Amino acid sequence: MSNIILITIVTMSVLGIILAMVLYLVAKKFKVEEDPRIDIIEATMPGANCGGCGFAGCRDFATACVKAGSLEGKFCPVGGNAVMKIVGEKLGLQVEEKAPSIAVVRCNGNCDVRPRTSIYDGSSSCRVSASLYNGDTDCAFGCLGLGDCEAACPFDSIKINRTTGLPEVNPDTCTACGSCVSACPKQVIELRPKGPKDRRLFVACRNKDKGGVARKACTNACIGCKKCEKVCNFEAISVTDNLAYIDPAKCRLCRKCAAECPTGAIHEVNFPPRPPKPAAAPASPAAPAAPAAPATETLKKEE
Amino acid sequence: MRTFKIGGVHPHDKKIASDCPIEQFPIQSKAYLPLSQHIGAPAQAVVAVGDKVLVGQLIAQAGGFVSSPIHSSVSGTVSAIGPVKDFTGRAIPTITIDVEGDEWDPSIDRSPDIVRECALEPKEIIAKISAMGVVGLGGASFPTHVKLSPPPGKKAECLIINGAECEPYLTSDYRLLIEHPEEIVIGATIMMKALGVKRGYIAIEENKPEAIALLTKTAASYEGVEVVKLRKKYPQGGEKQLIDAVTGRRVPSMGLPIDAGAVVQNVGTSFAVYEAVQKNKPLFEGVVTVTGDCVKNRGNWLLRAGTPYQALLDSAGELPVGALKLISGGPMMGRTIVNPEGPTVKSTSALLVLTAEQTSRQKETGCIRCGKCIDACPMGLEPYLLNKLARLGRYDEMEALKIADCIECGCCLYSCPAYMPLLDNIRIAKAEVIKRIRARAVQK
Repeated sequence: MSNIILITIVTMSVLGIILAMVLYLVAKKFKVEEDPRIDIIEATMPGANCGGCGFAGCRDFATACVKAGSLEGKFCPVGGNAVMKIVGEKLGLQVEEKAPSIAVVRCNGNCDVRPRTSIYDGSSSCRVSASLYNGDTDCAFGCLGLGDCEAACPFDSIKINRTTGLPEVNPDTCTACGSCVSACPKQVIELRPKGPKDRRLFVACRNKDKGGVARKACTNACIGCKKCEKVCNFEAISVTDNLAYIDPAKCRLCRKCAAECPTGAIHEVNFPPRPPKPAAAPASPAAPAAPAAPATETLKKEE
Repeated sequence: MRTFKIGGVHPHDKKIASDCPIEQFPIQSKAYLPLSQHIGAPAQAVVAVGDKVLVGQLIAQAGGFVSSPIHSSVSGTVSAIGPVKDFTGRAIPTITIDVEGDEWDPSIDRSPDIVRECALEPKEIIAKISAMGVVGLGGASFPTHVKLSPPPGKKAECLIINGAECEPYLTSDYRLLIEHPEEIVIGATIMMKALGVKRGYIAIEENKPEAIALLTKTAASYEGVEVVKLRKKYPQGGEKQLIDAVTGRRVPSMGLPIDAGAVVQNVGTSFAVYEAVQKNKPLFEGVVTVTGDCVKNRGNWLLRAGTPYQALLDSAGELPVGALKLISGGPMMGRTIVNPEGPTVKSTSALLVLTAEQTSRQKETGCIRCGKCIDACPMGLEPYLLNKLARLGRYDEMEALKIADCIECGCCLYSCPAYMPLLDNIRIAKAEVIKRIRARAVQK
């Protein structure tokens, strides 16, 4: 009996040693040489594998950085400038600084201002809905509200608000990877520079219908009246196909356009509240100058 | 009894409007005629705002070979040429005509006599069908003259007239078969002459016994035309399924019916060909079924193209209160009408009204790998797998699994016990795969 056990142990051990040697020799002989820097770079990446850089995951991006020998056109939107700086240092390459971006939702047609004209009862997906028809409101350009962006976001930072029916971006966690931009079949979401002190101005509408048609479908829609285009001192606003667009590269955040917009389609984010308008003045003809004084006082207090 | 070999489902046929004879639908005050009522290049308007037009007058010429001209369906004045919202809510270029009276183009033969002889040469027949704007009335609106001109090197061996009408509820083809059997047979012989084939089949499903008896009697006096009785199964009216059912041949993957030596035309198309060639009447009206379980005044109307769906809906009588689903076409492959003010086109086959209970979708659950969709798919695909790959966007794998062969019949969705939106996802992925295949072909 003990003989059998002994023979088994010896055979298995000898077999194990022989096979281990074969494996070792094969591993030595056919070793794939890989640049050790790829592992180092990959370790510094955020590891989200979101594809926001345009490569298939973090390792692919690291490989591309090492192989290309230049970091031109390569940027990890999730890690941002901080990570790219480390990557540049480790590879000894120049890094171009980029202003941080954020996803903005260019639709403000919430449930109150954009009435439903039909009930969509199909598959709960914007892509499917968009392939079938124009959406359950009369606006053919706006958010469908079925949450393809929410499902696509790898960072859980875009969520459909159930009361407004529109997606909302969490500015703290959004990395501007662009997953939601490519998931949206209506091109509602855009990546825009975060702006100084997180302040930004944008036209929250995509409606290219003529003013009257757009207004009928949604009272918050851009009607292409060109008031913003005229008031802008920096030629940052252009109106094409009845839709205004603010070029973030030219915009100086003066907010004149937002005040001028008759439908409130231009959204201002993170700006201090505006001083109350001294518009009440002409209302009481008896004392025209009197109400103006307190208004300036409150303004001073805020400052 | 013959039928196709793979897949298929058996929805209740609900032919509740089959006893309503075809009647002329009243002409409305305005007609909206979209420039694209067919597959292929949109037609180009040849009239201007303010022009007077007659019924049957050419108002837009074909925009290429795979295109079809548009003829006015009413007489009156052209009041606008520009975007009008169609029934899906999309604004498309449309000619709007204010109706004045009902004055027909004098070249159209309006007598009820049946013209049996056709002296035209095959080429002349095809040219006339093309000039009269005849398109396939089975649903896809493919220009008929293109189908009748096989590409060089390919030879048609038989013509199949599709009278299957496998979609539930629809009865327009059935009424045409019952009321105009001889015209349909003559239309078939004209197309057989154009194609240079000796054999023609008129395929009718078993649930229309009167039509089968009547057509068999009529076809007996025409050489080469045979009526084929088919077992009732959806989607028998699909070209590839019908060829399989009638001839036993299978159209190869990514191939056209002509690859199996067959050309398939709908019953309505055959009637339109008869009217175009023998009566000089362009295609501007067709039989439209107004039906639904909740519809009081069901009917089969001879309807001018360009009539708003709303007018048809008004003819339906009192409808139940609450949300309704309006469908242009049958319940399986029809499209939802979002904007009832949108116009019908020359290939519109039905307005179907369903209640919210009839159309409510159950909540989607996970795939249980039961394989019902594979059994149901008439193209032999694996819908559950394609659905999964579509969600992941793995287009190369889907191409290898022949997603481009999908005919979008909806059998998979119909049979799925987990209520998965199989067709919805497959349809989008199929469009993307076909786009990629075309892009590759262009590169080469």
